[in-house]
Amino acid sequence: MFENLLIYFVVIPVVMLAGLALCQNVKQIRAVAVIGSCCLIGLSTWVLCEYLAMRAAGEDAPMLFCGSWEWFAPLNINLAVGVDGISIAMLMLSSIIVFAGSFASWKIDMPKEFFLWLILLSTGVFGFFISIDLFTMFMFYEVALIPMYLLIGVWGSGRKEYSAMKLTLMLMGGSAFLMLGLIGIYYHSSVDGVHTWNLLQIAQADAIDHDWQRFLFIVTFVGFGVLGAMFPFHTWSPDGHASAPTAVSMLHAGVLMKLGGYGCFRVAIYLMPYAANELAWIFLILTGISVVYGAFSACVQTDLKYINAYSSVSHCGLVLFAILMLNTTAMTGAIMQMLSHGLMTALFFALIGMIYGRTHTRDIREMGGLMQIMPYLSVCYVIAGMASLGLPGLSGFVSEMTIFVGSWEHADAFHRVFTIAACCSIVITAVYILRVVGKLLFGPVQDDHHRKLTDAVWWERLSTVTLILGVALIGCFPNFFVNLIKFTFSPAIFAVLGLN
Amino acid sequence: MDYSQFLAMKQEIGLLIVFLLVFLYDTFLPQRAGKGLPIVASLLMLVLTVAGFFTCFLGSPDVTAFAGMYATSPVMTAIKNILNIGVVIVLIQSIKWANGELMIMRRGEFYELLLVTLFGMYLMISARHFLLFIIGLESASLPLAAMVAFDKNRYESHEAAVKYILTAVFSSAVFMMGLSFVYALSGSLYFNTIGYAIIGQHSTMLCIAIAFVIAGMGFKLSLVPFHLWTADVYQGAPTSVTSYLSVISKGAAAFAFLVIMAQVFGAVYEHIWSWMLYVLIILTITIGNLFAIRQKNMKRFLAFSSISQAGYIMLGVIADNTMGTAAMMYYILVYICSNLAAFGVIGAIENATGRVSMEDYNGLYKTNPRLSVVMMLAMFSLAGIPPFAGFFSKFFIFTGALAVGTVAIYFLVGIALINTIVSLYYYLLVVKAMFISNEECVIPTFRSACSERLGLWITVAGIVFLGLVSPIYNWLLEITAPIASLFV
Repeated sequence: MFENLLIYFVVIPVVMLAGLALCQNVKQIRAVAVIGSCCLIGLSTWVLCEYLAMRAAGEDAPMLFCGSWEWFAPLNINLAVGVDGISIAMLMLSSIIVFAGSFASWKIDMPKEFFLWLILLSTGVFGFFISIDLFTMFMFYEVALIPMYLLIGVWGSGRKEYSAMKLTLMLMGGSAFLMLGLIGIYYHSSVDGVHTWNLLQIAQADAIDHDWQRFLFIVTFVGFGVLGAMFPFHTWSPDGHASAPTAVSMLHAGVLMKLGGYGCFRVAIYLMPYAANELAWIFLILTGISVVYGAFSACVQTDLKYINAYSSVSHCGLVLFAILMLNTTAMTGAIMQMLSHGLMTALFFALIGMIYGRTHTRDIREMGGLMQIMPYLSVCYVIAGMASLGLPGLSGFVSEMTIFVGSWEHADAFHRVFTIAACCSIVITAVYILRVVGKLLFGPVQDDHHRKLTDAVWWERLSTVTLILGVALIGCFPNFFVNLIKFTFSPAIFAVLGLN
Repeated sequence: MDYSQFLAMKQEIGLLIVFLLVFLYDTFLPQRAGKGLPIVASLLMLVLTVAGFFTCFLGSPDVTAFAGMYATSPVMTAIKNILNIGVVIVLIQSIKWANGELMIMRRGEFYELLLVTLFGMYLMISARHFLLFIIGLESASLPLAAMVAFDKNRYESHEAAVKYILTAVFSSAVFMMGLSFVYALSGSLYFNTIGYAIIGQHSTMLCIAIAFVIAGMGFKLSLVPFHLWTADVYQGAPTSVTSYLSVISKGAAAFAFLVIMAQVFGAVYEHIWSWMLYVLIILTITIGNLFAIRQKNMKRFLAFSSISQAGYIMLGVIADNTMGTAAMMYYILVYICSNLAAFGVIGAIENATGRVSMEDYNGLYKTNPRLSVVMMLAMFSLAGIPPFAGFFSKFFIFTGALAVGTVAIYFLVGIALINTIVSLYYYLLVVKAMFISNEECVIPTFRSACSERLGLWITVAGIVFLGLVSPIYNWLLEITAPIASLFV
């Protein structure tokens, strides 16, 4: 079991949990968090290199590093792992954000409990991305959700109890749909007469009949769509993000919301391609609304976190929107958008947390001229903003461009109209980003107390620099990432899915 | 008569020996030795449990005795052992309470009554004839009323006992009314004979008979709308008795109910009783949950939570297959651990400070972090959050039910799943009180008794490991496989 590299994505966080439980003081806790997250970055880089090497050597299995160990044998539940380019990209993203998040919460209250929950959350995230067995996948999915309640409830700010409860219940509501869908998939997928939970086997056998596909597609897409902030199930997101502490907002917007998009692709569309083709229009309408509505809502907010939370709704909506286009270009764009949004929004939340830590307000009407007071943080904020509104050279441009080009490939009026509507969101994004940048960073200093504030310290710089590097790398070398994920979208796989 | 038949009843005889030893200890040893009784009783039960597992693993054959009135099989041995585990935990947790000042003169009675009810439950599980079943049912119910009234200085305890005994007697009467109809239809009280006699029947009389039987058992299981006694009794009874009532009594009744429904009425599953149970399950889960939201007293709160949990357990009956049976037994085992963890914490706090309201738990994590963590694990497990055992038991019971594969069962499970979200809300309220809310008069830091801590450790081990360690569930699936013939 332990000769498989992927299993260490779960082993390392579990070891970290054990280490944290033994820690006596804050220094040891920080050491555990930093060493552990460095190990995770190292591990994901290693897996990435191995993966590229294997692909270069001509390996053409859909998933590599596959391993499967019996768990509940009579029900055919296994601990099955395997990754393709998309999962590896997600693992990289998660490990970077866990790393940045640890530094962003350097001075948190009750650090032991905080990091215990945070690492438990990341255990769930990593477990989810490496699983190819529906049961273990679902289990890790829920493991990732529940720590949010205490992370927001205990360490949050504002209406934290309300937001924590709302977020938890809505996300668990989604997972209730999901459970029904997954068990349904299990019973309607038989490979050689045996029911299976294994994603790959189900996809290859293509045994789910078309009537059931419709039901299962809707249930699973809604289930994952709740986490992907699909309209009208997005309302947990603004409240949740606004109340959460910095590192939690980063992880949640940066990684957890990707679980939704990834799940929609990996489960709903991959396993029920027929229904996806037939019913995509319903969700296309809903996600189209998310994209535009999220952007408009962000325009009228005055709380920095709310602005960014609504912009997340818009950007994550774009991910689902692109996935539903069901063609290679748009789906590639969707994965790029997941990476790009993950890094960029984590950067945003980190900066907002740092600014809030100094000014003790997040209301943009009460702040101004921060460029004179804390130039480093302000410049970072501008970079994040530029990435968000799609400046070439940064990640946002590449992903949105790919998505819209892919969407335009559909020649019918319905898709065209929605593509144009979604394109408009870029303009609206520019409005709310530039409004904040102008008000917050430039202009007169609103509050004289702010003049005494200091700029970023070393751990904050480390956290932000990591994320900015990620954003710039995707922007400058998009081809590397496209090549990494393109195998999943190769024509052979699409033929299996019955698409195109 | 062939006396060797008694050898088939190994577990019942073992339990009788435990009972006699406790009785002799209580009667003949001097007063000052009485303090040792709770420990002795727990140890004896532990020995019985371990011995029971040995017989389980050495292989207990399918045996019927006494002209087919009594039967035992690996499945029954297993469910009795599961109940034994629960009883051991209850006994360990009640050691401190049983050694309290109020209990000096009546310590022995508590254990004797408890063991008698357990004996009754054994009979309910193993009975293959309704006469024996009724004997089991009555001896499992009536002594419980005396146990509920054990806090003789508290008014609520008396009220609870009266409520309990009236409903228990009434439900037995309803149950027997149903039996008389069944007897009229089939001319027998043997499970098998009735089962064959009613194949293909679809008379109104059979419908009424089954409805009465379900109603009678519904009282025991506290299914809605037969649940009205539950909250008051749980609140009034001493905490040790409440925990016994909520897990052991319910678990035994659930399994006995499954046996009756499958073996006696299995032939008319589709057109007579499946829809009755659909309605009952939906009502039980939903109403239990909705009422739990409003509760302020922890014991009442857990009463309503246990009502809705009974609804989930019933999904194992509606599944009508071996996977459902295994999942139900597993669910009962996990439920025993989770619920007893919750009651253990409540009992510890009640013994130390006398406070049982949910508001009293505000800020508990600051003063008693360990107890709060145990309570949180119990709540998460009851709500079905992974990686704790409750998640696995819920998942498996849903999987078992969905094996039926009809649209109706998808609808039912869908409702049950939506209800898990409602239940998550109120379970999280407890977590919120302990971890998030701040309070002026927090329960002060106290050190709970050794026995209480031991009980909690056992339950925590159960919550953490029962799910992740797969051989337990696999073993249950394996031993239920031979009873597949029950369900066709």
